Amino acid sequence: MGPKPRLTPASLRKELFATPLDGLVTVLLVTGLAAAGSRLLHWALAQADWAVIQANSTLFAVGRYPIEQQWRLWLLVALLAAAAGLSWGVLRSRPLPDRPITALWPGNDRLATGILVLLASWAPAALGLTLSIQSRWWALTGLLVLVRWLAGRYGSRLGKTATLALPLVWPLLYLVGMVLIGGGLGLVTVGANEWGGLLLTLVEASFAILLSAPLGVLLALGRRSSLPLLRWGSIVYIEFIRGAPLITLLFLGQNILGFLLPGGMAPDRIWRAAWILTFFSAAYLAEAVRSGLAAVPRGQLEAARSLGLSLPQALAQVVLPQALRIALPATVGQFISLLQDTTLLSLIGLLDLLGTARSVMANPLFLGKSSEVYLTLAVLFWCCCAALGLGSRALERRLNPPSLGR
Amino acid sequence: MASHLGKSPPWWQNRRLVPWLVQGSVGLLLLVVIAFLLGNLVRNLSAAGLLLSWRWLGQPASFDIAETLLPFNASEPYWRGLLAGLVNTLRVVGLGFVGATLVGTLVGSASFSRNGLVKRLARIYVELIRNIPLLLQLVFWYFVVFLALPNGAAAIQLPGIVLAKSGLFLPGFEAGFQWSGPTLVDGVWQAPLRFTPEFGALLTGLVVYTGAFIAEVVRGGIAAVPKGQWEAATSLGLGPLLSLRRIIIPQALRVIVPGLNTQYISLAKNSSLAVACGYTDLYSVAETSLNQTGRAIEVIVILLAAYLAIDLVISLVMNGLNRLVQIKER
Repeated sequence: MGPKPRLTPASLRKELFATPLDGLVTVLLVTGLAAAGSRLLHWALAQADWAVIQANSTLFAVGRYPIEQQWRLWLLVALLAAAAGLSWGVLRSRPLPDRPITALWPGNDRLATGILVLLASWAPAALGLTLSIQSRWWALTGLLVLVRWLAGRYGSRLGKTATLALPLVWPLLYLVGMVLIGGGLGLVTVGANEWGGLLLTLVEASFAILLSAPLGVLLALGRRSSLPLLRWGSIVYIEFIRGAPLITLLFLGQNILGFLLPGGMAPDRIWRAAWILTFFSAAYLAEAVRSGLAAVPRGQLEAARSLGLSLPQALAQVVLPQALRIALPATVGQFISLLQDTTLLSLIGLLDLLGTARSVMANPLFLGKSSEVYLTLAVLFWCCCAALGLGSRALERRLNPPSLGR
Repeated sequence: MASHLGKSPPWWQNRRLVPWLVQGSVGLLLLVVIAFLLGNLVRNLSAAGLLLSWRWLGQPASFDIAETLLPFNASEPYWRGLLAGLVNTLRVVGLGFVGATLVGTLVGSASFSRNGLVKRLARIYVELIRNIPLLLQLVFWYFVVFLALPNGAAAIQLPGIVLAKSGLFLPGFEAGFQWSGPTLVDGVWQAPLRFTPEFGALLTGLVVYTGAFIAEVVRGGIAAVPKGQWEAATSLGLGPLLSLRRIIIPQALRVIVPGLNTQYISLAKNSSLAVACGYTDLYSVAETSLNQTGRAIEVIVILLAAYLAIDLVISLVMNGLNRLVQIKER
């Protein structure tokens, strides 16, 4: 893409009214869009009844998680905000291959921070939360921005090792988070059947993402292996999983896993679904990684081997770093669709975000409020998925060395 | 080299032995795991009295299917019900292919429009649809759009077409080969051709969702044709339509067809979400059958086999198509 053309009356006229036909199309589209937009706005402001969201906001967020234990979730969100600020700031403090660091807060970051602050000041109030909970959201946003500022300011002083170790914060945080959510180590146990809403959606998605990544890499290596047993084993697994709809696999997990394991060893419904999501996602990830592996020239492996590296060394230090970088967009795409696929849990009776929504709408109090609820969920999912996509593109630009691409 | 003669490398560096050792241990591990799972399966199934049997397929199903292409009622056996479900799946998948391809081609080419507004709208459509879960879109189409349509005389009426809460009504030939359109009888619409709102919501959802993905495939395909091809075609005196048909599309198809294959397969698999908007497809019949008979293994085997077969047929057809459009070298 070239430099962004500036919008001037002349360029607008060329873009929108080049020919009479173009002009007609533009006028029709603008009229249609304006009509639809104003109707939507009128509905959202005047007709829609958002009380269903306000009354059930806790249910949507955490399901039936016990109230007296919810401080653990707040602590977890605070840790997440700090980690996000840290990663964001450090990422910004690294120079791009073609662009040195120019500002502590580039334009996009100012925009993102502005949106976050606006969201923190508007959303809790709009949800009708109590003042103490509202102030918690303000504090969390403040923490995120503060850590972002500190990391952006001093991030460049971190050594290479510290920078490389930074991504490890997330798996570590995951373990801490699971203890905080589920209990153990002195905390009261909160069983998985008490989790729900956004909490359950995120737990399932992150569990599957973390575990399916290594599994997918192994399967991809297996599929390209010269050993026939490994190759055929991987091919059969990948093609079997990719040939079946996820819902049939979830169905299999709920109905057959109990038969496959000795009595009492089968995990409960929520973890069954998490494992099925993991195995499902691993097959698709394997294909993404395989395309990355295929893009690394053969000579790389041969050169590494002839330098005396063993096969595992050559794969881990020469081939995989290049392959994973190439496979990054496809991998994040798979993670995004995994996040979306968690909605299928509602079809097997789990109370994830969509399942909670369906149970709320079954309540006679909120009958006929489906537009409000589904629209809210759609906005929520859209923001999460679009943010993941944006983050992946930013990461991609920073990981690509100057010789590659552009 | 001479000093190393007679001194063989240690066994873990043996180029022949190590691959066999690796394969042997992986194979052994796989065998142990499979034997463990199968042993448990047989033990648990015989304890539950559910050892593999297909006789239940012949017993009366005792459930009804609201909407079938294949006539079916509750006294007919399970296999007829499953078959009717499969036909229902194929019906929505077949129409979905047509619709999604049309939408995808339209939106994909619109992203090359000279009109900036059209180009941006195509982009917005793709980004909007791809970042919202399909299941959410399906329940949205069903509960928010189709079930909110007015009924009776207030229904949306176009010449020959009526869209009401009770479904989409189209004209067609009735008994006696008489062309007739939708008519309102005692406040209820009747027409030769009727699609239920369940079917309509599923089809719309699948078409809109898959259309966004196909649009990306089409866009990638057209973008992959070098700009010089356009210029060369124009300088040879071909008009825009002719150069599109003879120069650009044949080259773009080489990139598009493999991508289409993936999208068609995912549409077929996604049709199993029909249960979310109340349409009775293969998966939903299978689920009901399992709930009634408890035959989990058999039902899963049927489901997986059916979807694998559908995928295989799509792949075969698309691979044939792919061979047609690839470069032929003499």
